[in-house]
Amino acid sequence: MTPQQMKLARWLGLAGLFVLALLVPIIAPDPATTNIAVFTMMYVGLATAWNIMGGYTGYVSLGHAGFFGFGSYALGLMLAHLGVKAGYGPFLFVPIAGLLTAVLALGIGWFALRTRAATFVIVTIAFMFMLQLLAENLVGLTGGGGGLSFPVPTWGGDFFNTPFYYAMLALASIGLLVSWVIRHSKFGLGLLAIRDDEDKALAVGVPTRAFKLTAFVISACLVGMIGGVYGYYVTYIYPQFVVDPLIGISMVLMVFLGGLGTISGPVLGALILEPAQLWLAYNYGASRLYLVLYAAVFLVVILLMPRGILPSVSELISRRRTSAGPPATAAARTVPR
Amino acid sequence: MSLLQVEGVSKKFGGVVAVDECSLAVEDRSITGLIGPNGSGKTTLFNLVTGFIPKDTGTVTFRSRRIDRLGPDRIYELGIGRTFQLARIFPRLTALENMLVPVRRRGLRALLSGASWGSERARAMEMLEFLEIAHVANKLGGALSYGQRKLLELGAVMMAEPGLVLLDEPAGGVNPALLERIADHIRKLNDRGITFLIVEHNMGFVMNLCTNVVVLHRGRTIASGAPEAVRQDPAVLDAYLGA
Repeated sequence: MTPQQMKLARWLGLAGLFVLALLVPIIAPDPATTNIAVFTMMYVGLATAWNIMGGYTGYVSLGHAGFFGFGSYALGLMLAHLGVKAGYGPFLFVPIAGLLTAVLALGIGWFALRTRAATFVIVTIAFMFMLQLLAENLVGLTGGGGGLSFPVPTWGGDFFNTPFYYAMLALASIGLLVSWVIRHSKFGLGLLAIRDDEDKALAVGVPTRAFKLTAFVISACLVGMIGGVYGYYVTYIYPQFVVDPLIGISMVLMVFLGGLGTISGPVLGALILEPAQLWLAYNYGASRLYLVLYAAVFLVVILLMPRGILPSVSELISRRRTSAGPPATAAARTVPR
Repeated sequence: MSLLQVEGVSKKFGGVVAVDECSLAVEDRSITGLIGPNGSGKTTLFNLVTGFIPKDTGTVTFRSRRIDRLGPDRIYELGIGRTFQLARIFPRLTALENMLVPVRRRGLRALLSGASWGSERARAMEMLEFLEIAHVANKLGGALSYGQRKLLELGAVMMAEPGLVLLDEPAGGVNPALLERIADHIRKLNDRGITFLIVEHNMGFVMNLCTNVVVLHRGRTIASGAPEAVRQDPAVLDAYLGA
């Protein structure tokens, strides 16, 4: 197969997957399945968005759940204060929730990105808990522990989940498109250089601070929009449920499982972990048994595939090709997209 | 006016004076060697000139412009490239991608356009061919030998077409055959108009390659001039070469 044919096959495969994703609510319209589909697509978007910062720059943020919750509250408060009725109208405000989250991320990133490595991780966790505490204590604004209600969608029955599924699909697609554009751009190459050696990147002219901040803001903006749609879907939010460290850890784990810094790795990680988590919840109740699964996956990834599934499989294929004797340069590329 | 002018620059780390009222000049199109015993402040001076650490006092001018308050990325943009004591490349990027990272682009559209398209890719391949490492273009940086990394680092710096390149121990850890190749590449690049400032301990390498030599001792310049004159300088013999 020539490189052009391979490229065509890849694009056709992607188009086929997208069409399949569009047809999910038609193929399996029962609410239990579409509910799994909504949450799976939500995590495809979240993991992809997190990867733009964590995967490309190597800055592991465990505080992205803060942006998720902020986006959720931003949309809920906008709808409440502007008196937006239930229906499709609230979806139009999702980009504004994303923009507000981006502004917040700009401020947080301005301070947090003065640190590196483990310090950055801790700073992002601290910001997340600060946001959670604010949501709990600013009772007049957020409703505090009593929660914040969204307008309840007017549609019902088997169709209830469908608009939310398509909203999540749209956001996940936008996230993937943004991730693809960044990965193939000079900006993305700069982010990868930062991941490999930040001081060296600075020495060869990469404006590291501006690049990291931009990636952080883009990532947070996408997460905020997804948080907004989530809030409308569940119709009632509480600080500890939307600014939930487990949401942040889930997206990180999905990226690590699929392949850190790759475009398709986060998608694969979300497609494996989220349905598995929901399957456990459906079959064993809300026992949080899925945390045992998460712990097991963490162990497997760290011990057997520290770079994630896609890079490990890609490396294995490269090794086999090398031993079969193809041109060295073709075999040497081990960076999956 | 010299291409690079360092005047009265000092830097202290706690109670240790690393660079002490140091002054030196690098002439345009020269290959200037910066030598001195261990701890004489050579690498610190490199870090001060390239903006990696802030100076305490003094001024640094490049092409008649003050650069001592700028960050490393801005100084790089103005035309000063550098390499590190131990070859530093991006290990998870291919050699070709390593060459494309330093390419200068301005504007949002340029930043979001393809990373390896058009003339830049061709120029990177041309430089890799010039350095005789084009065959590793698609290999990951981490898979290259130390010598290949040294050459790749040198090539990557050239991608932004700098006016001045600071090389920190280009001969360090390199076998004699490769050393001669590196010296040859530096001469050819110098013929193309690029100025070099080189920190090096290998005296044979410095004396054969450099057109001018500056000697540092305890953070101060104690001699400068043509290699032969510096070699005979009593202060240099006492502080460094005669030791």
